Amino acid sequence: EDKEDESKEEDNGSQQNRASRRKNYQRKNRDGKKAREEGSQKQDRGKTAPNKDQKVSENKEKKTTKRGKEGENKEKKDRKNSTSSASSNSSDEESLSEEELAMLKEQVEQKKKLISTMRNKPWRMVKKLSVLREAQDFVEKFEGALGKGKGKKLYAYKMMMAKKWVKFKRDFENFKTQCIPWEMKIKEVESHFGSSVASYFIFLRWMYGVNLVLFGLIFGLVIIPEVLMGMPYGSLPRKTVPRAEQATAMDFSVLWDFEGYIKYSALFYGYYNNQRTIGWLKYRLPMAYFMVGISVFGYSLMVVIRSMARNANESTADGDDDNFIFSWKMFTSWDYLIGNPETADNKFASITTSFKESIVDEQESNKDENIHLRRFLRVLANVLIICCLCGSGYLIYFVVKRSQTFSKMQNVGWYERNEVEIVMSLLGMFCPPLFETIAALENYHPRIGLKWQLGRIFALFLGNLYTFLLALMDDVNEKLAEEDVVKNITHWTLLGHYNSSAGNDSTVTPPPLDPADVPRGPCWETTVGIEFMRLTVSDILVTYITILVGDFIRACFVRFVNYCWCWDLEAGFPSYAEFDISGNVLGLVFNQGMIWMGSFYAPGLVGINVLRLLTSMYFQCWAVMSSNVPHARVFKASKSNNFYMGLVLLILFLSLLPVAYTIMSLPPSFDCGPFSGKKRMYDVIQETIELDFPLFVAKIFSYVANPGLIIPAILLMVLTIYYLNAVSKAYQRANAELKKKMQMQREEEKNKRNNKDSTNPMLQDLEDLLTPSTKMESPPKQAEDKKTESLDGTSSVRKPGRGDALAGSPLASGRGAAFAPIIPPSHVFVAQPRTLGIRVPYPGQPRPWGHPLAPVPGRGRGQPCH
Amino acid sequence: EEGSGAMGGSASLIPRDLLGEYQELTFLSKQEILLAYKRFSELLPKEERENACSARVPKSQILTLPELRANPFQHRICHVFSTSENRDDMSFEDFLDMLSVFSDSATSDIKSHYAFRIFDFDDDGTLDRKDLEQLVNCLTGQGEESQLSSAEMEQLIQNILEESDIDKDGTINLSEFQHVVSRSPDFASSFKIVL
Repeated sequence: EDKEDESKEEDNGSQQNRASRRKNYQRKNRDGKKAREEGSQKQDRGKTAPNKDQKVSENKEKKTTKRGKEGENKEKKDRKNSTSSASSNSSDEESLSEEELAMLKEQVEQKKKLISTMRNKPWRMVKKLSVLREAQDFVEKFEGALGKGKGKKLYAYKMMMAKKWVKFKRDFENFKTQCIPWEMKIKEVESHFGSSVASYFIFLRWMYGVNLVLFGLIFGLVIIPEVLMGMPYGSLPRKTVPRAEQATAMDFSVLWDFEGYIKYSALFYGYYNNQRTIGWLKYRLPMAYFMVGISVFGYSLMVVIRSMARNANESTADGDDDNFIFSWKMFTSWDYLIGNPETADNKFASITTSFKESIVDEQESNKDENIHLRRFLRVLANVLIICCLCGSGYLIYFVVKRSQTFSKMQNVGWYERNEVEIVMSLLGMFCPPLFETIAALENYHPRIGLKWQLGRIFALFLGNLYTFLLALMDDVNEKLAEEDVVKNITHWTLLGHYNSSAGNDSTVTPPPLDPADVPRGPCWETTVGIEFMRLTVSDILVTYITILVGDFIRACFVRFVNYCWCWDLEAGFPSYAEFDISGNVLGLVFNQGMIWMGSFYAPGLVGINVLRLLTSMYFQCWAVMSSNVPHARVFKASKSNNFYMGLVLLILFLSLLPVAYTIMSLPPSFDCGPFSGKKRMYDVIQETIELDFPLFVAKIFSYVANPGLIIPAILLMVLTIYYLNAVSKAYQRANAELKKKMQMQREEEKNKRNNKDSTNPMLQDLEDLLTPSTKMESPPKQAEDKKTESLDGTSSVRKPGRGDALAGSPLASGRGAAFAPIIPPSHVFVAQPRTLGIRVPYPGQPRPWGHPLAPVPGRGRGQPCH
Repeated sequence: EEGSGAMGGSASLIPRDLLGEYQELTFLSKQEILLAYKRFSELLPKEERENACSARVPKSQILTLPELRANPFQHRICHVFSTSENRDDMSFEDFLDMLSVFSDSATSDIKSHYAFRIFDFDDDGTLDRKDLEQLVNCLTGQGEESQLSSAEMEQLIQNILEESDIDKDGTINLSEFQHVVSRSPDFASSFKIVL
């Protein structure tokens, strides 16, 4: 095998005429051997080895043609190397002629290209090293020779900079890879559970990155300026806990519900003042608040779409190509990352099942016993699931409504206050397994079943979220109505206070009303923010408790109670939990949706989410490694990447809708938040433009905001989308067309072979009988024939007549199929003896076997008579 | 002139220019090469660690790596990447070659090339029925119950040859193999070993 390697490497490096000579030789050799094989009936085992060798070299021949160009380059280089070195010796400093210079330049470029692509070559390191050194020496030596006088110096300088740049880039890459967090952790999980589980953690890490940026935006531009430069706590009614709540405002139970001091802090919308500028920086906080709210969505959209596009670019081949089901199962199903013997055993089992399944599928693809029953069951399952979905939606609506009545009552218990969150979490916990149970009725193929399951869970979460939003909307509308009343009360209270103090004593300025005593509106924005905050926190808790109880405690129970139990707990009923990739991904995606929705009204939400992701990275890694077993079902990582992203995009869009609606169409509260006193929140932009920018900008803005301009712009966008869509469809069609063509070609080839194989042996025989004479008469045609005939070498061998002839040899009976291609049809080499005489043995190749290579011409000619 | 400050281990000396060349010639980053060096020298007996670059690690030691421990192709991988006479023990450069091919950033082309050589059990340059049979046996594991019956095996190999043997010579050669594998959506992501 070593020899084989060497010869291959030699092929690459050696001069081309040598290679072509060798090719010739091999062809002749092959032809000759065929004759010999058939001539001497007795074949011993020893011959198989060289025979194989030859086939290898035949394969390699193909490769050499592929690499031909490279070989040529090299050869050129070698030649030039000698000439240029000679010339450089004679006249080193003297100017080289233009031609030579250009040639040299080209050579240097080639060498550089070689250096940069060396790692793509399947060579041994020793060889790569030597070639690299040689190339580098060459480049270094002749780089300086390029350019003259001043140009030379500049060139050298440029080269040096280029080298430095490459080094810098490499160092930067190294640095970047070092900066990626949790690489080792994920790798560890990967080695235990395969790439699909790891893909969840990679997704989690990606989410963490995105959230970190959002966190930076919100904290850097909104919360920190407010804390540093805004008016302090207690200076305004909106920044003060009302008198009635002050007694309990620091209680943990109150804080836990995000009431009390937390409610009146910079974490929520209501705390912010509508002062246009704050601090000595004249920071426009309301403007910043609005812009950050928009840019959170803008950034998220951009990131998601960019990574989707990148994923789509990377996956050049679509997985729908079902031409190679078995081959893919065979060649690509092993996950080389698996380093854990137990996981490996699982993988063995799953590969075996998939082999068996696919064989059975292939055999019984058309067999379907009771289609009506199955259809009925599937319809039934869907009806049941729709009932579940509706039920859960109604339940949430009911609970949210109830919570509104609770909120009006005084002293309600803990359960009443947290009913919404508890119910939503419970639904999220128990519905998916219920769906899975119902899905058993349907009897889908696991992969299709998984897709249905995902779709249903998605629908459940989405339905719940939107019902929750609808109910919240009702609440908000109620609050808005209530606000009008409070507004009047506040107005009159303040007026009354000043009047009364003014009436008493006009010389003394009245003591200002304590901010805690001012009656205030319900501030629906903060209410919404608090709802999302509580939902997020309860979601975090439920997730962690589920992991702790469902995975860890269960694993401990199974592991330790197994010693004293009547049946095998590990293999039997409870067993260990699997890591539920799809469920976890969906949970993460929905959580992110809540963050997006809530972050406008609760700027602190992103901070909590960053903490959550950070802890869950460690916690889930630990839980997976300590108490889970690998997933039995296949959920391919590479395919699902864009699937995750698609979910994220959908959720992002869906969470954008309610936020945009509230910003655009609801009036902000009159006494809290950065937009108080305005009719709509977006008025802040207009205000800034009018007050802070020169007049013409305001004018331009008013023109741009004109519907007459917006509508054409939208139209233009729609048209562009339409055009791009049409173009991509056309490409797709062209693709499909090409694919079809390729398939047809393949089919044709197959048919051609099959036909030759079986249907018309008569014709073949006839051809065989005829060819020798025609061949002898027309030697020029011979080459052509050879080309066409060598393609279907098998056909002539498998013909009955030829088969009989070969039957005597162990070769034909044993591994006949394997050797078929190297035995060309007889009539090709029949005419060969004429050229055989001038064969030059290839120096590097030992003679396959002892006796003379040249076959006896007479034998060959006599062959077709069999 | 030492390559690593970060490693801080016993012997982790790769000359700097050699380290640069290794980076140029493999798909590995500097850290990965240094880590590979560390792991490699850990496989050596203590007295040989000083000159790990020239030492060879026997196969039995290589197979103790957790990354290869559970791999059904461990012997083949050693065999394909080793440059020694008996095709068993590995030098550091062989080791790097292996890690480079299995690294994340290696091209699918070179991955499939080596995959082919790994699956080619008898080293004859083509995958014939015997190779495929052995491959199936590797993939289904050692357990009695997981082995395929001979009829299933026959059917499976027949199907595979029907799909991928384009020139119908009864074997799969390198170009056919690469044709099939390059279309697979998850070959490049699963043909991966990370230290």
